[in-house]
This record gives sequence, structure tokens and C-alpha cells, in this order.
Amino acid sequence: MTALAQMIEPRLADLATLPVRDLNQALHALRPGTNDTLWRIVNPQGRHAVAVGLDAPVTVEIDGHVGYYCAGMNKLAAVIVHGNAGVGVGENMMSGLIHVKGDASQAAGATGHGGMLIVDGNASARCGISMKGIDIVVKGNVGHMSAFMAQTGTLTVLGDAGDSLGDSIYEARLYVRGTVKGLGADCVEKRMTDHHKAKLHGKLKAAGVAGEVDVSEFRRYGSARALYHFHVDNAGAY
Amino acid sequence: MCGIVGLFIKDPALEPDLGRHLASMMTVLSDRGPDSAGFAVYGAGAADGVKLTLRAPAGFDFAKLMASLRERVHGQVDLKVIGTHAVLSIATADEAAIRQSIAAMPDIAFVGAGTRMELYKEVGLPAEVARCFALDRMSGTHGIAHTRMATESAVTTDGAHPFSTGLDQCLVHNGSLSNHNAVRRELKREGLTFATDNDSEVAAGYLTWRMRQGASLDQALEHALDDLDGFYTFVVGTESGFGVLRDPIACKPAVMAETDRYVAFGSEYRALVDLPDIERARVWEPEPAKVYFWERPA
Repeated sequence: MTALAQMIEPRLADLATLPVRDLNQALHALRPGTNDTLWRIVNPQGRHAVAVGLDAPVTVEIDGHVGYYCAGMNKLAAVIVHGNAGVGVGENMMSGLIHVKGDASQAAGATGHGGMLIVDGNASARCGISMKGIDIVVKGNVGHMSAFMAQTGTLTVLGDAGDSLGDSIYEARLYVRGTVKGLGADCVEKRMTDHHKAKLHGKLKAAGVAGEVDVSEFRRYGSARALYHFHVDNAGAY
Repeated sequence: MCGIVGLFIKDPALEPDLGRHLASMMTVLSDRGPDSAGFAVYGAGAADGVKLTLRAPAGFDFAKLMASLRERVHGQVDLKVIGTHAVLSIATADEAAIRQSIAAMPDIAFVGAGTRMELYKEVGLPAEVARCFALDRMSGTHGIAHTRMATESAVTTDGAHPFSTGLDQCLVHNGSLSNHNAVRRELKREGLTFATDNDSEVAAGYLTWRMRQGASLDQALEHALDDLDGFYTFVVGTESGFGVLRDPIACKPAVMAETDRYVAFGSEYRALVDLPDIERARVWEPEPAKVYFWERPA
């Protein structure tokens, strides 16, 4: 929360009485320059699609666990979940920030084009699947098949990664501090140069954990580029 | 799709509320399964008795059935009729004779049997199914429930969950098995019988078979990882146990919550929001291919 935001009385939305559709329509009506820059949502009670499709530089704080697709397609907004998030949090987000203070379920940040997704706890299977430019920082572990077909962007994991990390990966960069149960097809460990350490430090700093972990503890994984590049030796197979 | 829930109570003070909580949990998941619904509750039971849950068409004369059964056996026969279902409480010694009599009655479907388990299921919206069986007034130590969106077989009461293939054993399933026909054939050779073509009944039968071989519920679930192929999240009950298993790729959703007073399972967190002190519960997603198991103290 910015210092300015702290001075602003938040708009309160109680999902025990307000339908999610009404909340989302009110959030969609916000335009750049709005004075309603801080929203507080209470009693989300695991509802789906809370705060999806935002397109304004506002901060939305959600008190409690949310269901599927929270803050999907996010642009510009900062959405903070004080709880766990269900399947597909931040799916296809374009920009802005999503910060889950608890755990995230499967497919967190799936197909995300930009912005940053931070998960303080664990993220389940398929975190960052088909990511297209998003930066994801998971402070705990990620489940199996994370960064599957990841195209670009970064997935940084402070804990461990499950099986088949980066299967069929394109050009995304994966940084894992703990153990990797197994690498997927065409995903290989790559050398961690000073260039990469500096890049990683930038992501950790943006996620607010630069002082807490040492970049030299991470290993880097990426594409061997043997799967998606045409190789003349395979010509007979076509 | 389907929705599944389960509640395993640790604090006896919560036992009178088991049915009320299960009804709420199951009703929330109507949109995951509006075709049919069912539930199993582990309530009171007698040490030397067994309860048979039966189903019959509307208007069936259960009182007449009870009178005829009383003539055939020496022990006590009690009957509780709830909607289309009835629970016969009988002496264990009379079980074989009564089962034989019932098997000869074409109108009666056998739903489940247990020392403590009662099992109810019907076609219709989950809220209506909970209401017609007065689930909210049932008490017990643990229970599981299911809301079905049929994929593998027809929308019938027989195809509704839970499935019970052994004494005090029941299972609810979200997903679809791909090798159920082969497993069913093998289990039939082992002497198991099946009432439906449903894949989930095969999963229940498989666990029954494993436990009959001497496995505990958690060991049976470990074996299931090797022998059952397809998508599944299972929630399983036995007389004293409560287990959860997801397939290795975690195809179907699952959320668990635990406090000092209970363990709860839901396909989605939404199903758990009315549980006591849920705000302070440990809430987590069960890992794929990992058996979760709780057992009541002996």
C-alpha cells in the first residue's frame, strides 16, 4: 500500500451481501484518475471471479480466501489476497500486481502476459502454465508441471519445484532455490551468470524479498531449444 | 464435474451438528452437480447389530415388509422410514437371512450396510435431496456427500453416490476412471458383485477388496494409486476412518481444512465457509498421489 493510499478511506465491499457481479461492475467502471483508488473486500468466502478484469491503477485488498480466477486478466491494479486463492489466480494478467498472502491453487498466473504475481505460501500444480511475460515469485513450493509451455517471463521459486518443471518450455526463465523433483521435456539446467543473478535480484527486489535470500542459492532452468526448433535430422519424420 | 464433501469430527460436542454441516456443504456445491446427490452418515449403532439401508419406489409399504421379516427371524427388527429410503436395524445373526429375503423382492434396492453407516441418495438437486432425508437433523462422527454431474453413466438413483460395497464402507468420487471395466472384471472374479455400470462403484469395490485382503484403508488407497487409472479425487469412509486421495496429476479440485475439532474436505473452499471457526482453520490443498487419512481413537 502506498503512503497516499493509506490516507484514503477505502471503499468497502461486503460480499456477504453484495453480489460479485455488482462488485466487478463497480471496479470495471473505474477509470485512470479515479479517486476511488483503495478498495477493501470482506467476506469473499471462496467465491469465484472476485476482482477480475480490472483496468485502472487502484489497490484492492481482499480479506479472506477466494475461489477460482481471482484477479484474472488484471491490468494496472494491485490486488492483495489476505488468504488462499483458488484455481487460476491472475490468469492471463496483463500488468499490475497480484499478491496472495496464503497459498495459491493450480494454474496460478496461467498465460500471464505481464505484471507480477507473488505467492507467499505454496502454489500447486501447473503454476505459470503457458506464461507469456509475467513475473511470478513463489516463496514456498510449486507443484508438478509448473511453467509448462512457458513462453517468456520468469518463474522464481524460493522453495522446491515438483515433477516435470518447464515441460516443453520456450523462452521463459525459471529460478529455483530448492530441489527440483524432475525436469520436463526439453527443460535443462543452465549456467547462472552474473547477468542472470542481477536479473533475478531485480525480480526478488520487486517482490520485496531481495534482502531475505541470496541469489547465488538459485539454479536457473530453461529451454534446450531442441523441441521447438526445426532440426534437419528430423526432416524424414514429416 | 461433480462436487464432493466430507466431515470428520474430532470433538464429540460437534457430533449433533454433523448432518447440518454436511447439508450446507453439499448444497453449496449444487452447481458442480445438479443431477443427483447422496450422503453417508456414521451415527449410532449397536455392537451386535447391523443397519441395512434400503430403497423402494414411493408408496412402498415398508411396515408390511417389516412384519414379514419379523416372522422369519428371531431377533429384533426395527425400521426407520425416511422418504424413499428405510433403515432396517437387525441383529447381526439375522443379517444373512434378511438379506436373502430382500434380494428376492424386486421393488427393493439395497443401498448400503453398516454397524453405524446409513446411506441415502436420490435424483434431484442437492438441497432437495438433503431436505427429503432430513439430513440436517442427523448426528454422527463423520460423513461424506456428493453432488453429481453424470458423465460415465445414466442419471439414476443407482448411479448417484456414495457407493458402498462393504460393511460400513463408502466412497464418493469426482472424476472418471479409464480402466474400470478391466478392474470390474477382475473384482468379479474375486467374488465381488456390482449393482451398476458406474466407474465409481468399481473404485469402491476395489477398496473393499483390498481391505478384505487385510489392508487398512490407508494401505488400500496406496494400492489404488497403482491399480486405478484415470481422474479421481476420492473421499472414503469406514466405521472408524476417513480418507482422501487425489490422482497423481491432480485433475480434480480439492481443499481441506483442519482444526482441533474437525477435518473437512470440499471440492472447493466455498463448501467449507459455514464450518465453525473456519477462519482459524488450517486450509490447504491436498497434494496429488498422497494418501490423507484420519482414524477415530479405538
